[in-house]
This record gives sequence, structure tokens and C-alpha cells, in this order.
Amino acid sequence: MADIKARIAARAAKEFKDGFVANLGIGLPTLVANYLPEDVHIVIHSENGFTGLGSVANKGEEDYRVINAGGGWVTYMPFANFFGSEESFSIIRGGHLDATVLGAMQVDEEGNLANWIVPGKMVAGMGGAMDLVVGAKKVIIAMQHTQKGAPKILKTCTLPLTAQKCVDMIITEMCVMEFKPEGLTLTELHPDFTVEEVKAVTEADFIVADDLKAMEED
Amino acid sequence: MKNKIVTAAEAVAGIKDGDTIMVSGFLGTGSPEILLDALVEKGVKHLTLIANDGGLRAEFTGTTDKGVAKLITAGMVDHIIASHIGMNPDIGNGALAGTMKYTLYPQGTLAEKIRAAGAGLGGVLTPTGVGTIVAEGKETLTIEGKEYLLELPLHADFALCRADYCDTFGNFAMLKATKNFNHVMAMAADTVLLASEQVFEIGEKDPDFYQVAGVYIDYIVKGEQPWQI
Repeated sequence: MADIKARIAARAAKEFKDGFVANLGIGLPTLVANYLPEDVHIVIHSENGFTGLGSVANKGEEDYRVINAGGGWVTYMPFANFFGSEESFSIIRGGHLDATVLGAMQVDEEGNLANWIVPGKMVAGMGGAMDLVVGAKKVIIAMQHTQKGAPKILKTCTLPLTAQKCVDMIITEMCVMEFKPEGLTLTELHPDFTVEEVKAVTEADFIVADDLKAMEED
Repeated sequence: MKNKIVTAAEAVAGIKDGDTIMVSGFLGTGSPEILLDALVEKGVKHLTLIANDGGLRAEFTGTTDKGVAKLITAGMVDHIIASHIGMNPDIGNGALAGTMKYTLYPQGTLAEKIRAAGAGLGGVLTPTGVGTIVAEGKETLTIEGKEYLLELPLHADFALCRADYCDTFGNFAMLKATKNFNHVMAMAADTVLLASEQVFEIGEKDPDFYQVAGVYIDYIVKGEQPWQI
């Protein structure tokens, strides 16, 4: 499991260019920052109100004024800037975020995303997720390909949407898929899997890219 | 100049049963704890609470409730208007039990609804929520080919805000990630209460020392403390 998460995070990290401003969701997406090449430095946006998020604060060195969006004590970079929620979300919706990486419960072949609510279960709330996927220039979904074997990449999302037609790329332990003008396209395949194996656990129809590449080894 | 300096008990004295209050803070960071403590002490009921989230309960902080969790624990809130309630299970449990209800907005939408009220705007147009259950019952407009939701202003009877420092006029500033909803909420309520760690005399500091105009502030309470981790 740890290997799968590392594989997904490492592949997502390859999407980042030096100087990118990005928001990384809680959990697996946060790991992406650990896999950036040495020559790629990004500015991490924390939606509770700053750019220049550092890492988890060491015990005893926490600053009571500095938390991340999950409520954890964190550090900030020398180039950080702090602002209110109105500006934080202006940065998000205003097109100033190059990318966001988030998890998903479901993605469908239209690029619709569901990742915030399951009817009948306790509701947490969307927080900043809806704004992020609408506002970021590139929306990367980093997730395991199935939910205990059940497909998560569907023909049509059955859960309430977070946003419609917002996803640009899906990265799983099996493959990379991209939303292109011609439709959902398998662009990279991990050497452990075949196209048929991906099809077997993907409900959505997808095109196999003519120049299908190997998803690089961990 | 009118004296705005009062005790915490005096500041919250006007808040009554059934009022709508907005309280700044993000999981408690940037919340005016001394005002919340005074409001719990006063003990009003049936509040509608506008806040980003439900604060943090004592089990999470390891010490005491943080932020608006204090009001929810005390059973003072009938309705919370927020963007995220998952970190305070009392809200979901209260909704199941029928003792509390919640209304959710995307976080950026919540900030802009509050700002709209404070800025005298009739609403804001946001692409966030289009095509989702957030759009249900709301007007949409298409502008230059893109669809937007009309989100209406959100106003309160009282706003409870927190500053790191202010002057006795109410000009104030917030440091690091305590800013969150403080500025927009200070603009969007009939009566605005400000708790500050430090209070300077008027003229003691250059005007540029402060970030937000004191014209929004009605009452100032000294003695807000750093959160003890």
C-alpha cells in the first residue's frame, strides 16, 4: 500500500514545473512534495490563508498562528505570504494556481468529479474543494484505481458532484489517464499491468493513446 | 473619541437568544477566545452561527475546546452556516438527533457572501458550485459563455473578531494564518466586537502599522492570549 501511494505521488510530482503555485490536498496528495526533482521548487498554497507552506512543524517548535487546512501545525517558507480567506480564494478562483492535486471517490468520462459527500453518511462539508477544482489551471486526481476492487473511474458519477468537467488528469497505481478533446485517454501504463487489466477495473470508456508510454518505475 | 474599550462580559452583553453571529477562525486559529468564553458564560440560546467550521473539541486539542466549538459544546447553536463541519462531530450528531441544523457553502463562496454584505453588494457571481447540489434553488447567469451562480450576501447581528494588535480606535492587524475571516466579518455585522492581544493608544503607532480600518469596530476587549499548544 505504501508503495502504491509512493508510486502515485512520485508520478504526480512529474507534472510540476519549477515555480508552480500549487495546492495539495490532505493525505496522498501531500506526499507529492516529497518527490519533486531537486531543480523544481514550488510554492504551496494553503487555503486557510497563505502561500509558501513548508512542512509539518517539529514538536516544541509550533507557532500557534500557523496551521494548514487540516488544522495541523506547520512551518512556512521565507517567501511566504499570509492573507485572509477572501484573498486565499481569489487566488484559487482567479487563475493564480497552476495546479491542484486531490483525491477522489469517483471521476467519470466527462471529467466530472465527486469527492465530498456520500448520501446517508455523515457530511464533512466541501471546505475549499469545490473552489480548488473550479479555479486551478490543472486538476490532477491522485488516487488508487479502485475502491476495494470496485471501479472509481465511471461512465457517470453516481455521487453528488464536487464540480462538473473539471478533471484534467488521473494518476493511479495502474496508469495515467488524461482528458483530451477526443475524450478520456490512457497515456501511460505501469509495467505491472496490461491495457486489458485496466479496462477490467475501469467502467468509463477510454481511448488508448497511439504513443502509450510506460509509467515510470518508482 | 468614543471609548470602545470594554470588558468581554460588557462586549457580549447585547447578544440575545436567537441572534445571528459570525465568528472568525479556521479550526479555532484566529478565533477570539475571550469573547467566546464570555458568551458561554452569559449563556444565550438558539444562535445562528456563521463560521468557517465547527472549531476543535477538547479531545482534538488535548486541552480545551478551541474556537466556536465552545458554543456548540454549550448547546447554544441551533443552526451553523459553514464550509466544513467534519472536524466537530457534535454538528453531524446534532443534525441526526434533530437538535441542530447546518447549511454548507464552498469556503470561497462563504468568504465572498460575507464580504458582499460588508461591501454593500447585492451578491456575487461565482463559478464554484455550478452543476452541483450547491446550485439547487439558486439563480445562474451566463456571462461571456461561462456559467455562474448568484450567491447572496450573508450578514449578522454581531461579528466576533480577533486581532494580534489594535489601537483604541479599533484599527487592527492579524498575524500569519490568524487572518482568515477576520477582515470580512468585521465588515458584515451590525455590531462588531474585537478581542486583541495588544492594544495601543491612538497615534502611538504609524497608521500603516494596522491592516484593517477601525471604523468597523464597535467594542474592543483587551487580553486575548496566545493559544497554548
